[in-house]
Amino acid sequence: MSEQKEIKFSEDALALVDRIIRRYPEGKQKSALLPVLHIAQAEFGGWLPAPVMDYVASLLRIQPIEVYEVASFYTMFNLKPVGKCVVEVCRTGPCWLMGAEDIVKYMEKKLGIREGETTADGMFTIKTVECLASCGTAPMMQIGETYHENLTLQKVDEILDTCRTTVKEPVSHWRKDKIKG
Amino acid sequence: MPKVTIDGHTIEVPEGTTILQAARMIGGDVTPPAMCYYSKLKTSGGYCRTCIVKVTKGSEKDPRPMPKPVASCRTTVMDGMEVQNNSAPDLLEARKGVVEFLLINHPLDCPICDQAGECHLQDLSYENGLSTSRYEFKRREFEKIDIGDKIKLHMTRCILCYRCVKVADQVCDTRVHGVINRGDVAEISTYIEKAVDHDFSGNMIDVCPVGALTDRTFRFKSRVWFTRPMDAHRDCKTCCGRVVLYMSGNEVLRVSARKDQWGEVEDASEGRAGWICNECRFEKKELKDWTVEGPRNIDRHSVISQNQYLEKKNLRIDVSNQKQIEEKAHN
Amino acid sequence: MGRKLLTEHINVPGIRNLETYRRQGGYETLKKALAMKPEDIVEEVKKSGLRGRGGAGFPTGMKWSFLAKPEGVPRYLVCNADESEPGTFKDRYMMERLPHLLIEGMAIGSFALGCRTSYIYIRGELMYVFQILQEAIDEAYAAGLLGKNIMGTGWDFDLHVHCGGGAYICGEETALIESLEGKRGNPRIKPPFPAIRGVWDCPTVVNNVESIMAVVPIVRDGGETYASIGIGKSTGTKLISACGHLKKPGVYEIELGVPVEEFIYSDEYCGGIRNDKKLKAVVAGGSSVPVLPAELILKTAAGEPRLMSYESLAEGGFASGTMLGSGGFIVMDEDTSIVKNLWTFTRFYHHESCGQCSPCREGTGWMEKILHKILDGHGTLSDVDLLWDIQSKIEGKTICPLGDAAAWPVASAIRHFRHEFEEYVRNPQAIRTDHHYYRVNNLSPELA
Repeated sequence: MSEQKEIKFSEDALALVDRIIRRYPEGKQKSALLPVLHIAQAEFGGWLPAPVMDYVASLLRIQPIEVYEVASFYTMFNLKPVGKCVVEVCRTGPCWLMGAEDIVKYMEKKLGIREGETTADGMFTIKTVECLASCGTAPMMQIGETYHENLTLQKVDEILDTCRTTVKEPVSHWRKDKIKG
Repeated sequence: MPKVTIDGHTIEVPEGTTILQAARMIGGDVTPPAMCYYSKLKTSGGYCRTCIVKVTKGSEKDPRPMPKPVASCRTTVMDGMEVQNNSAPDLLEARKGVVEFLLINHPLDCPICDQAGECHLQDLSYENGLSTSRYEFKRREFEKIDIGDKIKLHMTRCILCYRCVKVADQVCDTRVHGVINRGDVAEISTYIEKAVDHDFSGNMIDVCPVGALTDRTFRFKSRVWFTRPMDAHRDCKTCCGRVVLYMSGNEVLRVSARKDQWGEVEDASEGRAGWICNECRFEKKELKDWTVEGPRNIDRHSVISQNQYLEKKNLRIDVSNQKQIEEKAHN
Repeated sequence: MGRKLLTEHINVPGIRNLETYRRQGGYETLKKALAMKPEDIVEEVKKSGLRGRGGAGFPTGMKWSFLAKPEGVPRYLVCNADESEPGTFKDRYMMERLPHLLIEGMAIGSFALGCRTSYIYIRGELMYVFQILQEAIDEAYAAGLLGKNIMGTGWDFDLHVHCGGGAYICGEETALIESLEGKRGNPRIKPPFPAIRGVWDCPTVVNNVESIMAVVPIVRDGGETYASIGIGKSTGTKLISACGHLKKPGVYEIELGVPVEEFIYSDEYCGGIRNDKKLKAVVAGGSSVPVLPAELILKTAAGEPRLMSYESLAEGGFASGTMLGSGGFIVMDEDTSIVKNLWTFTRFYHHESCGQCSPCREGTGWMEKILHKILDGHGTLSDVDLLWDIQSKIEGKTICPLGDAAAWPVASAIRHFRHEFEEYVRNPQAIRTDHHYYRVNNLSPELA
């Protein structure tokens, strides 16, 4: 039998989930689904395998399909494994006007992967995303919760180099250490 | 009671009636086509947009026309409302657009589709569509998933009417399938391969307007218009037991619930929809399992009524023949 | 200099913190509001003429007065902070810097509407702003500005922040409600409207961040004072997110009625076009609204100067006008390919369509494919007509306004720039070698 890690939130995360559920009326705990999926993604390596979603369903006392339906609807939830740093580059009109296409091309070339792919060392995934409300500081990209704005190719170099030297654990949008709920 | 006029026909209807229901009461051509609305399923309708109509007068109290076409299945009649369906050429043009949208990614694999002949999308496109397609790109494909041994899912044919999801929610008490992903890659799925298996899950086949969910036990057995539909019943502990048998000779090829002229499951008793259980649908495939009542009256415009069956109906089915069938069945 | 009602203190160091915010008069208006009758607050908002700042421009006071108030049923105020309309970034800018202004507005609004619990729905990508809001809310609870017996008035009120998961459609109020309930962001079929049946089937008002913030100066100075600013039915100030090829892109609070030309070229605002290029076109209110060529954005078809107001921008209807929308002001210089810019918009709507209703689900993708084909140099003149026909068959046929939002940019681009589509069709070779779109200044040559 292969060794299976038990799927369970840390005590801190469980307490947080409990506090979040209490923000909604009695019996409406399904409302906590989006925040809890963010926490799950942060807790379990940056993506949501089916058993993790089943675990979320059991926490919120809903059917697993209700979780699959929701997780697959929203773009922030990764249903396949991703790199430690998911580099989300905005590609919509205002960023495109300022050269977003070049940023993507440059990064693809630099990392040797195409948009949507992950580097062989599991460090970076390039993901193009739609407007992140940073049009006045375009072009821009997001890694985890951090917005990197007014990008130039040189800035991209610096950001990726910093990630390579400092990032050890998968970077998620939900900052386990910062968001206490 | 509010009065509504649709294409010049005026009718008084109970409070809360939708335009579509009112049009069905008037009957005939006045009724807009509906692909997702299903009167037996709560909160159905509004998605496909084929039933759109033009409201030229909102009501007696507020006669302003509605600025956009409305989904007749989800718009309640107001007293004095005036509605155009077939009488508004621009509306028919808009509906043609909706039909085209439903078809651009449809595989048009009718020659190998078990739904052919009783497919609402076929009827819809025949009656409201264009004869050619302006879409020149690759049609959408999905990864095939197995949802169990009873029901076959062909996602490429799906028009996302949500009826099957509502059946699972409202007729079955658990739901293991749903709509995943979004936009034009949204699909009916169990996400991880999981069998859709509930006493009443087979009703998803009956509500599916297209060939997306078909009966695996009937797969490639026969074109539906070569079968002879017969009303039949049995004592069933789980469901009403009132069905239609699709027969070839004395062989029962398929069992379905009884459907009315709108393609919806008939009421079994006052106000209770005649959903049937999976045992009746999938396991009772012997004539001896059933008491045959007689030939099923199939709407004249259905392709099912175009064959030998129609002749027999016109000849008023020979009762002795029917007796023979029953005798044989009992032997 | 125009008056600043929302951004007056935005540059005060530390204004994100409660203490500094209070030193600038923060929460004084809440105190004033709690001494008023709730219906009088609604009346002030009505008098102010404030129109929804999220894009639709529906009068906020009227929206508030529609809220059903059945006995024994809770009602909710939900702040729409799902800012995702391309070209729009004002809400993010404000929440990041002035979280307490939003909290104060939420408290006043909730008191006026009789809500005991309210929610701020923020898009998930803005997780760092979520955190800023959460910290501000915690501060406000600790200071007795939220929670039980607020400011000793006996009024109890809870405010929570809820994060989305990445879906533009959740900016549509009924999709937002679905999402707040933990479901897919599928817009509901209206009626019933949220004012009757919203979140958890309770009466609900959904307001944009800027609308809720604007309630604070309205209640502070009175609705009439607010209404005296601006022009005609476009009262008060509006936050404009200026972006694209401008010398000084950014968020500007303007008094409604500023001439468009002044907004683009004056040093007080955008300072003109980058690299002193010529202005080609503007999308004035977020990607959904019709694009206008330079001559029509600066002056109406009748030759009048175009103003930054709901009415003036709409002058001429869609034939020669546009909309103020969300105030996402996207400026394109002479080198911009309208067709390619349009493709990015259409790709956006295709990506963001929820997939519920057929015209939007199927039509947005079809339009994107045709535009892609034209850009690739394989287009025909009839493709342009087909595009026009498809957009006309989406517009007005869908459950929610996303269909219209996808159709209008296509329609307006063809209406005003048909020659450019035809150029792509007639001379694909030239287009391929000279994909004249804007590049980053320091582009490395091997990428060209």
